[in-house]
Amino acid sequence: MKEGSFLREKIFLGMSLKEYLKSHATLWNFIALIILSFSFYSMAYRLFYGLGPATNLSDTYPWGLWISFDILVGIALAAPGLTVATAVYLFGIKDYKNFAKPAVLSSLLGYIFAVFALMFDLGRYYRVFYVIGWSWGLDSILFLIAWHFFLYILICLIEWSPSLFEWLGKERLKEIFSKLGIWATAFGVIIAGGHQSALGGLFLVAKTKIHPLWYSSLLPLFFLISAIFAGISMVIIESTLAHKFFIDRIKNFNKAEFESKTIGLGKALAVVLILYILLKLLDLAHYEKWYYLLTSYGYLYLFENIGFIFIPILLLIFSIKRNKASIVRVSAFLVAFGIILNRFNVSLIAYNWYIPFQEKYYPTWMELSLSLGIVTLIILFYRFIVRRMAILH
Amino acid sequence: MNRRDFLKKALTITGLTLMGEKAFSESSSYSKGNKANRKNWEKYENIKANGIKVEEPYAIVVDLTRCIGCRRCEWACNEWNKNPNKPLKEFEESKDKTPSVFDKNRRTHAGEFTVVNRFYEGKNPIYVKKQCMHCLEPACLSACFVDAFKKTEYGSVLYNPSLCVGCRYCMVACPFDIPAYEYYDPLTPQITKCTMCFDRITENKVPACVEICPADAMNFGKRSEILRIAYERIHNNPGRYVHHIYGEHEAGGTSWLYISGTDFEKLGFPKLDKTPIPKLSKNFLFTVKVLEIVAAAPLVWAAYYMISKDKKR
Repeated sequence: MKEGSFLREKIFLGMSLKEYLKSHATLWNFIALIILSFSFYSMAYRLFYGLGPATNLSDTYPWGLWISFDILVGIALAAPGLTVATAVYLFGIKDYKNFAKPAVLSSLLGYIFAVFALMFDLGRYYRVFYVIGWSWGLDSILFLIAWHFFLYILICLIEWSPSLFEWLGKERLKEIFSKLGIWATAFGVIIAGGHQSALGGLFLVAKTKIHPLWYSSLLPLFFLISAIFAGISMVIIESTLAHKFFIDRIKNFNKAEFESKTIGLGKALAVVLILYILLKLLDLAHYEKWYYLLTSYGYLYLFENIGFIFIPILLLIFSIKRNKASIVRVSAFLVAFGIILNRFNVSLIAYNWYIPFQEKYYPTWMELSLSLGIVTLIILFYRFIVRRMAILH
Repeated sequence: MNRRDFLKKALTITGLTLMGEKAFSESSSYSKGNKANRKNWEKYENIKANGIKVEEPYAIVVDLTRCIGCRRCEWACNEWNKNPNKPLKEFEESKDKTPSVFDKNRRTHAGEFTVVNRFYEGKNPIYVKKQCMHCLEPACLSACFVDAFKKTEYGSVLYNPSLCVGCRYCMVACPFDIPAYEYYDPLTPQITKCTMCFDRITENKVPACVEICPADAMNFGKRSEILRIAYERIHNNPGRYVHHIYGEHEAGGTSWLYISGTDFEKLGFPKLDKTPIPKLSKNFLFTVKVLEIVAAAPLVWAAYYMISKDKKR
């Protein structure tokens, strides 16, 4: 390999292939490799033998872990682009400029890999483009989601492309796409808002199947608002991790400033969480669901909403008053976990709630390993890009 | 699963594929290669191309007080639709056998478009046949994002296997838990369900299950006619039936109707109001589109403002 060749300078970070591989022989990479090999095995097994042998999906549970985790959780947690990028690029909140590029990147990767994972869940994945240009089911909420996913990935690509062109040294293209990026962001608010709520809307038709505590005609709104706070909490989590692992990539790091920005994000998070819990209370009161609270599903509902909404609100108020960014970070982790729990509750646990516990769905190890592999791939791609392009500074 | 288990499983699956579908006689969930879908869909296209019209959609009423649980309808359905089948005797004897298939509440599966379940009212068994209800406004149809379902003029809800992407949202949407899936087909799995014997009723025959029923528990005809029969039977036999025709209004009405001597909720029928399921999603889609249009204006303004501000600098 020549000195200064594209491969060496851009891909191998100025090292030779040997040096590059050597620098990657770490414990974490080894763990990633193991996870990925299990994951790729599961993918191949699914493709060759079908969903039946690979998963625990059944006629009673047509959707399992891959929809609940990879799509419902994944897309909600991939909302940083919707929240922070919009605030910065569209509403000109310059203070959070440094948070915008990582937010866009995580949305882009989140969506691409959610759709990638979906390919293994679709029975006839090779027909997925039918929905774009061959046969339109205009009355279907899933149709809206499919189109919005497709458009939103394009939007994220446009928002992200200035970083790509900067890395490739194409200044002129970078300029063009930066301008285009503002329009993409504006359009992105509509598209992201539309499909985040539509993911909740998917379950509107399952009125008889979802436990009344989780079923509500407000489901789309709950999914949208929770995606917004998921997005904010992910920005906090991501910046925390980035400052831990990629501190060398961040120029002129100012700790005090970073802490105050984190608290600022915490304020926004608290506001959205309070809005959410008020609507949840309205939902309980309007549909008179109080009675269910003292059943086993009621305890689960209380665990979700007190443990991962109400307590984070208290923690956030405390941390804002005391100016403690570390507690904001703890709350962000709690909130993100709460999103996972909520999406699992709606789509798996409260779904078919009347059937006996032993007949309920639980994932096979192949379903688990495939999803785990998707998460690993997102992290690896994120790291790959962050180390090369000007994302974090 | 370790490697040995995997190999074992892989070999079992290969072996069973070689042995054919008979090997799975006990569990139809493994069934694949549905033939009824394509046959009926081609029939539908044919009829459409020839412009054949029908006066009024058909319907079937099931009289649960008459059903004797012989399961002949299951056999006839499998036979006609070329699903994996067993000798008729094995179906007929299950109501007197212990243990019996009736011990478990069953649902439809890939190779099984209709199943009969047993419930008890006191000591008396009540048998309930289950199959696609052929809704007047089908949830599966509105759920499908590639428009692979059709509600035909005849009343049948048909599935087009050449469009289906295999997302299984129709299975989530169906309030009666009817569409089943060929999970064991890795490449060309289909949704499977009753077609109301579209390939028979379009040729002036009654559905296979109706034809074979020895207890005259089912009547087939034009929907208004069938509703009239059902009402008459309820009124002419005071005390024999509850005053309700399940399916007349449930989820906007269905083409399969039931009359019964016992409350439907005790017989595994979901409690549904008159709202057609598609209405739930259509209302949402309309709201989203309105909000998207309304939101567009301030967003475009914001984008324009940001760009012009950048230019000034």
